[in-house]
Amino acid sequence: MKARILVTLKSGVLDPQGKAIESALKSLGVNGIASVRQGKVFDIELDAADKTKAEAKLKEAAETLLANMVIENYRVDILS
Amino acid sequence: MKAAVLVFPGINRERDMARTLKLVSGKEPAMVWHADSELPKGIDLVVIPGGFSYGDYLRCGAIAARAPIMNAVRSHAAKGGLVLAVCNGFQIACEAGLLPGVLMRNARLRFLCKEVYLRIERSDTPFTRRYNAGDVIRVPIAHGEGNYIADVETIARLEGENRVALRYTAPDGKLNPAFNYNGATNAIAGILSERLNVLGLMPHPENHVDPIVGPTDGRRLFESLVETLEAA
Repeated sequence: MKARILVTLKSGVLDPQGKAIESALKSLGVNGIASVRQGKVFDIELDAADKTKAEAKLKEAAETLLANMVIENYRVDILS
Repeated sequence: MKAAVLVFPGINRERDMARTLKLVSGKEPAMVWHADSELPKGIDLVVIPGGFSYGDYLRCGAIAARAPIMNAVRSHAAKGGLVLAVCNGFQIACEAGLLPGVLMRNARLRFLCKEVYLRIERSDTPFTRRYNAGDVIRVPIAHGEGNYIADVETIARLEGENRVALRYTAPDGKLNPAFNYNGATNAIAGILSERLNVLGLMPHPENHVDPIVGPTDGRRLFESLVETLEAA
């Protein structure tokens, strides 16, 4: 089974990296970008009998390591 | 004082720390490997040193915080044992849940390697008893992620319970955004746990202890620990 976990900063958390990327895009002349916030993507392959079990396992992975719940949110997508 | 210095892959300040502990306490600390699951017997101070554990992969300190030795450190702290967490150690302590909040990328994005001024906020802790509240000390910082943040309630709680141990200030001890180099919330440089037995701080007091290399403003922090443990 293949899955993707998306980790993003909670709204309100200052993202200096996103800000730097945003201003780099501006200076490259890529116009019309209102704001940029940077996140992380984890592509995961796992052995799981069914979707429910896989989701539980991925939630555990996200909450114990992949995301810092103080500042980040995560989303789990089962891809196949 | 029986100190243990934790060693993780990618840590590079453990020798500075060990040298300082030996210099101030007269005793060689135990160097404890991250994969061990127990601390040596009789340890009364655990030090999590600075560096770049696991290359700062994922988030600074995130992987080290989940190493086997950290369970032993958590139970040491839960029993009231002293823990000093410096720089990457502070990041590890936050990720491990020993202290609240998180260290984010410096507000102006640059890695900062320089001397800063810190105001000692209270002198009634095991780490600061040899200072006076309000003292301003000069110690170095060396970090890219030292911008302390936490949610509004946590900050209010830390402030309300006087758990901010150190703040970045101007040389005169006054708060000044120009001297809060990394942009930390309320200029927080170091915080204490609820029972005051865990101190996490971004600056490196262990680097200013020996007149051969310059100022010795960090020395009293280690003398405080020695005094605390001898009195115990």
